Amino acid sequence: MSVLVVLEQRGGKWNRMSFEALAAAEKVSKASGKPVRAAVLGAEVDALAQDAAAYPVDKVVALDHPLLAQYTPDGYTAALEQFIKAVQPAVIVFPHTYQVRDYAPKLSTRFGKPLISDVVDVRANGSVAFVRQLFQGKLSADIHGASDPQFVSIQAGAFRAAEPGGANAPVEKFSVNLDASQIRSTPEEPFREAQRSVDLSAAEMIVSVGRGIKEKENLPLVEELAKVLGAELAASRPICDNGWLPMERQVGSSGQTVSPKVYFAVGISGAIQHLVGMKGSKTIVAINKDENAPIFEAADYGIVGDLFEVVPALVDEIKKAKA
Amino acid sequence: MKIIVSIKQVPARDSALRVASGGKWLEDSDLTYEMNEPDAYALEEALQLKERLGGEVVVVCAGPERAGQTIREALAKGADRAIHVQAEEQALLDALSTARLLASAIQTESPDLVLTGLQSDDLGYGQTGVVLAELLGYSHATIVMEVEPQDNMVRVKRELEDGWFQHVNLPLPAVLTIQSGIKKLRYATLMGIKKAKTKEVKTVAGSPSAPEMVMDQVYLPQRQKQTLILSGDANKVAHELVEKLKFEARVL
Ligand SMILES: Cc1cc2nc3c(=O)[nH]c(=O)nc-3n(C[C@H](O)[C@H](O)[C@H](O)COP(=O)(O)OP(=O)(O)OC[C@H]3O[C@@H](n4cnc5c(N)ncnc54)[C@H](O)[C@@H]3O)c2cc1C
Ligand SMILES: Nc1ncnc2c1ncn2[C@@H]1O[C@H](COP(=O)(O)O)[C@@H](O)[C@H]1O
Repeated sequence: MSVLVVLEQRGGKWNRMSFEALAAAEKVSKASGKPVRAAVLGAEVDALAQDAAAYPVDKVVALDHPLLAQYTPDGYTAALEQFIKAVQPAVIVFPHTYQVRDYAPKLSTRFGKPLISDVVDVRANGSVAFVRQLFQGKLSADIHGASDPQFVSIQAGAFRAAEPGGANAPVEKFSVNLDASQIRSTPEEPFREAQRSVDLSAAEMIVSVGRGIKEKENLPLVEELAKVLGAELAASRPICDNGWLPMERQVGSSGQTVSPKVYFAVGISGAIQHLVGMKGSKTIVAINKDENAPIFEAADYGIVGDLFEVVPALVDEIKKAKA
Repeated sequence: MKIIVSIKQVPARDSALRVASGGKWLEDSDLTYEMNEPDAYALEEALQLKERLGGEVVVVCAGPERAGQTIREALAKGADRAIHVQAEEQALLDALSTARLLASAIQTESPDLVLTGLQSDDLGYGQTGVVLAELLGYSHATIVMEVEPQDNMVRVKRELEDGWFQHVNLPLPAVLTIQSGIKKLRYATLMGIKKAKTKEVKTVAGSPSAPEMVMDQVYLPQRQKQTLILSGDANKVAHELVEKLKFEARVL
């Protein structure tokens, strides 16, 4: 019995979240006394497997097959199903990436289990429980699987990534049986949309607006704040989904990643997919009428209040300060 | 083209969340409900596909009695009929049990496409659609931003991380989990609301399987960071904030 962590790579490069998942797996391992194993999938992943062996793991196993060169949910699920059946880990830990969201629930279903997804912490007092956020961060829950194996994915940024160091772990190969006929989907090459005309990553100051603004007609309010500050305007996803601001102004996991000197989050609740795009900002100011909004956990300065009153007052104060 | 859309009723976004005594779930009396937002986008995509290609849009929803209201809303927007799998909220806290209930209702319909939202706003498991695909034996794609059916295939545009996208081709039948923003949402018309009253809603009693996931307790998250919170009169807090930004953070 082991704690298995499934590391993610694309084109021979690690997804950094893999090592955050490894850190979570270490915590489960300490609590349960079961060793951590790492698996890496792909075609010709020897070098990566060797690289993984330098991390704090008991063993690294390479699931190597030409049909795993390109990610497909059918290929990955079949390969890991065979491996998990063979080694019977107690807990299987993944980084909660878009790729994992795409196949891990399919895999866990083959074992009659749900995926305990997007976990932010591991609690270990006697037994192990996983902490998840509900309601986009407004509620927490402690959860455990009714029986092993338990399938768990770890939220971005929830754990400090494990570091390499110490003795090299042994590397093994697991031979996967895969046939092209098992793979139903044909992925094309990933691409980016045409060059963005705004590069928010270079902005020194950003005023970012969320659904709290209520209507497109109210946008001039935050535009004014951005203007007096000399800041770029950005937004949370729903604002761009509604077409109120162009997609290229979206901050978050599916938008831009920014790290300005000051980030004003105006009427933004602070869902994780937004936070990952802006938490590297030097100073974060949040304006929100809900004192329990998760954005306050990320903020240095929080104003609990109605943005329709606070923002105009702020514009006046900044004008005064700059005069 | 026959399209099933799975729609969940969730607590309204600005509901005050109060943990019920016993700490297992929320105080129900505080909550009002609405359609899960990504599901509204899944419905919109289904309706536009039907308008283009013909066929039928059937809504499936697992939930208690009150979910009927969200089902009517979907019918008012243009869905042709609905299946309401009746089950208590406690039985729907596990994504696998929920997907099993939905799968048994969908199986007999033999659709070409099943559209789900990519994630629920309350539980946020982000997996029910993928689990459904596995239970039904259908192909699937997640976080979908464009749907182009072609013969016995569908070509979709998937969103990847950091502004990357990818097209994927899948054989039908397929389950697609739809990302918010895929199309502009419509409102129900008065005519639509009227018509919805005459549309068929089949209710089936769901018999949930034993949960594989145990929710030990729910609680409000503890604050870990020292955030300086300013509250009170708008002019006063605006003044205080500007002082802080000027002299403490030194960013103005
Ligand atoms: C795969 C995936 C990718 C995603 N990618 C992104 C992404 O890149 N970027 C992103 O932003 N989101 C993304 N999301 C969506 C994300 O989960 C949230 O739904 C979204 O960030 C919420 O936006 P919001 O905070 O503006 O809206 P809400 O969550 O609705 O919050 C609105 C806030 O405004 C406050 N408010 C309301 N009225 C007032 C008022 N008068 N004064 C002050 N405050 C007020 C409310 O208290 C609330 O906190 C993604 C989701 C998924 C599943
Ligand atoms: N009780 C339910 N009834 C109908 N659809 C559901 C239900 N629960 C989840 N879904 C669908 O599955 C999607 C993903 O939910 P989740 O896996 O909880 O994040 C939602 O957007 C819905 O389309």
